[in-house]
Amino acid sequence: MKRVYPREEVCMGCKLCEVACIVEHSLSKDIIKAYKEERPRTLSRARVEEEGPVSFSIMCRHCIDPECLEACITGALYRVNGDGPVLVDPRRCVGCWMCVMACPYGSIELDSRNGRRVISKCDLCPDRRMPACVDACPNRALFYEER
Amino acid sequence: MRYLIIGNSAAAIGAVESIRPRDREGEITILSKEPYYAYSRPLITEYIADVFRDEDLTYRGPDFYRENRIQVHLGIKARAVNPKNRVVLTEDGTEHPYDRLLIATGGTPIVPPIKGLDKEGVFTCTTWDDSKAIKALLPRVKRAVVVGGGLIGVKAAEGLYEAGVHVTIVELLPHIMGRILDAEGAYIFEAYLKGKGLGIITGETVVEALGNGRVEGVRLASGDTLPCDFLIIAVGVRPNVEEVVEGSGIRVNQGILVDRHMRTSVPDVYAAGDVAEGDEMLVREKRVIALWPVAYRQGKIAGLNMAGEDREYEGGFPQNTVSVLGLTTITIGFTEPPEPNGYKVLMRRGPGENDYKKLIFKGDVLEGAILVNSIDRAGILTGLIRARTEIGSNKERLLDTRLGLTALPRAWRKEKLTQPV
Repeated sequence: MKRVYPREEVCMGCKLCEVACIVEHSLSKDIIKAYKEERPRTLSRARVEEEGPVSFSIMCRHCIDPECLEACITGALYRVNGDGPVLVDPRRCVGCWMCVMACPYGSIELDSRNGRRVISKCDLCPDRRMPACVDACPNRALFYEER
Repeated sequence: MRYLIIGNSAAAIGAVESIRPRDREGEITILSKEPYYAYSRPLITEYIADVFRDEDLTYRGPDFYRENRIQVHLGIKARAVNPKNRVVLTEDGTEHPYDRLLIATGGTPIVPPIKGLDKEGVFTCTTWDDSKAIKALLPRVKRAVVVGGGLIGVKAAEGLYEAGVHVTIVELLPHIMGRILDAEGAYIFEAYLKGKGLGIITGETVVEALGNGRVEGVRLASGDTLPCDFLIIAVGVRPNVEEVVEGSGIRVNQGILVDRHMRTSVPDVYAAGDVAEGDEMLVREKRVIALWPVAYRQGKIAGLNMAGEDREYEGGFPQNTVSVLGLTTITIGFTEPPEPNGYKVLMRRGPGENDYKKLIFKGDVLEGAILVNSIDRAGILTGLIRARTEIGSNKERLLDTRLGLTALPRAWRKEKLTQPV
């Protein structure tokens, strides 16, 4: 399957991938509304890590053998068609954080802001041909491809 | 091929989910002692106070069994395995034949020798039925005593507390959560929970349940008494082996002994989950590791091998994520160095009042981690422990409040982030 791969050699840490992710997963998909009106603001599923000159964007790897899926106690995490993207059904997530303990890439976001604990993670943008983060990257530091 | 699975929780489902994609035709039969489709056992204590309801507890619903064409027998207890005739006998007298058998009967609560436990109002708390029974009596209950301050004990105490019951935990060891946390971490939890109004008595034990027919209090070893109208026994679980292995020739130590393929000592019989004693990766011995992710993993490996693949289990290790009344801890691997020499321990308290982090290294390899309160991205540490990644000079940086992949060697990122993993 196609996955998103970061290239830290050319990432400059602009975080436009995070902006694009937030907008794509907002209710309105409108940048102004997503940032100024929708509360609480959607979390970015991509996370830019930066230290000195090193930076890269990291999100769910959609692992071949996902640890998060094995750790999930409710079945909220699932894999589409057996080998597709790893997704979460937020209605079934109870915020036990077992997947947070399991994910070796630290790519599961905790969200307790709505008085309810739930996770969010990269869904590879099901409404788009190309994930929003990849489209938004000005430096081609994110690739979406089969490897 | 006839696959038979005794048990219907994490390990059983893990097995089904690896068998079915590889064998579309084989017959899969599940024998479940409990009268429910697979449910989220870790949530049963929060079911007591309606934090989670029936629908929240669904792990895999009826559709799952239909879609995977599983013959599921609910509410039927297995009685014996007969490897010679390749059948499992259930309590209703039926013989269920198998070509490959998985024993995933889980754990059974340990009940210590306390006098007077036959009284009404005394419970264990490891099944959905337990929490339903507890819930049904709630209107009559004001004060509860929980014997045991381990994982089940604190979660049961939380459930009762949230239901408005005054709860006291009585723990034999110097600290609650002693198998999950070190003393420092346990101290943070004790202070936090006491601050919420939970009673905690450590270094003490209950020797007798008092009352006339119904429990009215407990006597402690010191001779003191505590009034209560509810007594929960939560000192731990042990592998539920006696249900099926007696007379079968299957080798048992604490649990059913399994090799790296999750095979027992008897051909075509596998075991997984809380009933199994398999490889522990850090102590390099066989151990029972009664934890959800380990159970699923073992079940999955068993299932792969039952379906004809050749897959070895890399060994498990402790991994706990526990939230009690809003305070969370994640602990992975050792919580203390297992021996005085050869280990390096790094610790940090703060910046928040309840923030605590501890890392235990053997040489350059991480073998244990405790995170209290700030748990973001904890899985990075789990991954390092599992893969035995050489951390090199970056150990201190793993203590950072903002734990990230920048703290790992560049070669690690090169390997992990540029190809499917």
